[in-house]
Amino acid sequence: MNKTVNQKAWFLVLPVLVLVAFSAVIPLMTVVNYSVQDTFGNNVFFWNGLRWFQDMLESDRMWNALGRQVVFSSIILAIEVPLGVFVALNMPKRGFWASFCLVLMSLPLLIPWNVVGTIWQIFGRVDIGLLGHTLDAVGIDYNYTQGFIAAWATVIAMDVWHWTSLVALLAYAGLQSIPDAYYQAAKIDQASRWAVFRYIELPKMTGVLMIAILLRFMDSFMIYTEPFVVTGGGPGNATTFLSIDLVKMALGQFDLGPAAAFSLMYFLVIMAISWVFYTVMTNLDNRESRR
Amino acid sequence: MAEITLANLAHSYLPDPRTGDDFALKEMNHVWRDGEAYALLGSSGCGKSTLLNIISGLLRPSHGRVLFDGRDVTDAPTAERNIGQVFQFPVVYDTMTVRENLAFPLRNRRMPAAEIARLVQKVGAMIGMEAELDRKARGLTADAKQKISLGRGMVREDVNALLFDEPLTVIDPHMKWELRTQLKKLHQDFGHTMIYVTHDQTEALTFADKVVVMYDGRVVQIGTPQELFERPAHTFVGYFIGSPGMNLFDAQVAGRRARIDGASFDLPAPYVTGRGRVQVGVRPEFVRLATGGGGVPARIDRIEDVGRHRIVRLTVAGGEVSALVPEDGTLPADVDGIVFDPAGINVYEDDWRVAPSAGQEAA
Ligand SMILES: Nc1ncnc2c1ncn2[C@@H]1O[C@H](COP(=O)(O)OP(=O)(O)O)[C@@H](O)[C@H]1O
Ligand SMILES: [Mg+2]
Repeated sequence: MNKTVNQKAWFLVLPVLVLVAFSAVIPLMTVVNYSVQDTFGNNVFFWNGLRWFQDMLESDRMWNALGRQVVFSSIILAIEVPLGVFVALNMPKRGFWASFCLVLMSLPLLIPWNVVGTIWQIFGRVDIGLLGHTLDAVGIDYNYTQGFIAAWATVIAMDVWHWTSLVALLAYAGLQSIPDAYYQAAKIDQASRWAVFRYIELPKMTGVLMIAILLRFMDSFMIYTEPFVVTGGGPGNATTFLSIDLVKMALGQFDLGPAAAFSLMYFLVIMAISWVFYTVMTNLDNRESRR
Repeated sequence: MAEITLANLAHSYLPDPRTGDDFALKEMNHVWRDGEAYALLGSSGCGKSTLLNIISGLLRPSHGRVLFDGRDVTDAPTAERNIGQVFQFPVVYDTMTVRENLAFPLRNRRMPAAEIARLVQKVGAMIGMEAELDRKARGLTADAKQKISLGRGMVREDVNALLFDEPLTVIDPHMKWELRTQLKKLHQDFGHTMIYVTHDQTEALTFADKVVVMYDGRVVQIGTPQELFERPAHTFVGYFIGSPGMNLFDAQVAGRRARIDGASFDLPAPYVTGRGRVQVGVRPEFVRLATGGGGVPARIDRIEDVGRHRIVRLTVAGGEVSALVPEDGTLPADVDGIVFDPAGINVYEDDWRVAPSAGQEAA
């Protein structure tokens, strides 16, 4: 095919450039701007170099928040992925109950974050909440505003309740794509239930599970609203994850410079991890489609 | 190895079957003799896969029993029946190598490793994949995958029966012939009860000693290829087996005389027919061309040369009829009718063959 060269074609790209500039690049650049300047007020700024970045890298506060964040994301992935797969395996394959389960499973996904937070905040209260009161009545010392374990357990249970459905629905879609003949052949081959899972169901689910893990990782790594509504990051700093810490720093203390440096590094970490995921996933795909 | 008995077996996929049409399998009684190789022949949708799945236990029949060597296994799960079955479309375990695929049914039965290695090597040679044993099954071609499926079916030597559900559909013709030979050899070596489903009559007739013909959820005839050819029990068998299939004429039959389209002729034996639709069936091999007004009136439409012989297509009483004539002979120019070789005449009433009246057949 002969391609003609016409530099005017750049104008066709222009609208997209403008759009991206206003929606992403310019806001991001203001953050970059803050991250390299300092101020004594009155809207007077002066150049501060990479000091904020240095400060943040040396601050225990950020490393602790990052540590809590990594632990949180790991725990919810370790629960939601196996649990979601388990739920998907036990959902009816067809008929009325299949549709019923699908609707039921999607319900938590449709509830806004702050509502989920509020639901759990009330659900867990010792005075009026069903969960909190019951636990208290059976003699378990449960108070998410004061106990470290109780706060973490509540935040994790809330995330599992909210998002396991997503993993389950994706895994279910993967399972539905397996033709009956595979199960029939496995019966003929006298395969155990475990072998059917290991050699038929799991291989067919790897693709969707990778997507589920990526989505859940990114989302949990940026979690803000739900723990903020329930625990407000406490007790102490026990559930202060990266986003919560960032907002405290930027809006609570109005430390715009450090907060900007913080958010840029946060952004880079998420980019880097997502890139690794993406690379692994496309490699898997290639391996599957090769010959 | 086992003798498989189907007792009053019928199956409907509907929860509440009422009429005969609701049944994918109509009631049947049939014994698959131990160690015999059967071909199950029938057009698509007539219930062949349903029948196999009932035998292997993948499907529970809605009516009747299945017995293995007299033992009722109707409610026994597939694993307990120990049956090999190969499906029409390839099933391979993608993450395993070809070798692991072939070994899978043996591993599940906890065989010793040395025995597994020996059997896998043997079956690898039978399906012609010795060189590819250590390749991942993912990414192989469809016919390589089907060979693996076939191999997994053949690898166990102790099965009660081997069921093949149109296993060679996706395989190219040359390899088909080769694999079919391997299957026959497997049967000679081990004497498994084998049922080979196909809708290809050549495949059926070359594979098996006994051919079972199914039509619309029923077994309409069981017999040797010769019996199916000479005495089709149902018009469907006549039409389905043979190329071209049997010619059928609406006729009036009274004793030894038959009339077709105003012309009457003698039957080889007397027949007693009832009130149903009576037809005379004659294979093209037994139709002779006649001249001088001596037969059933016919007009030649065209002549097809198919190598060893020619097929003459004629119109008789408004319907199409075929006759086979030898390649060498010349055709008379003034053909105006057809006559039948008495050895090839069968009489049907409502599609089922009518036996000649007893005791007088020899006459
Ligand atoms: N799972 C099923 N549910 C409902 N009807 C089915 C099912 N499988 C097959 N049938 C019907 O049963 C009949 C026989 O099918 P099948 O045994 O697959 O035929 P064959 O293998 O001879 O082509 C067909 O009419 C088909 O539509
Ligand atoms: Mg079929």
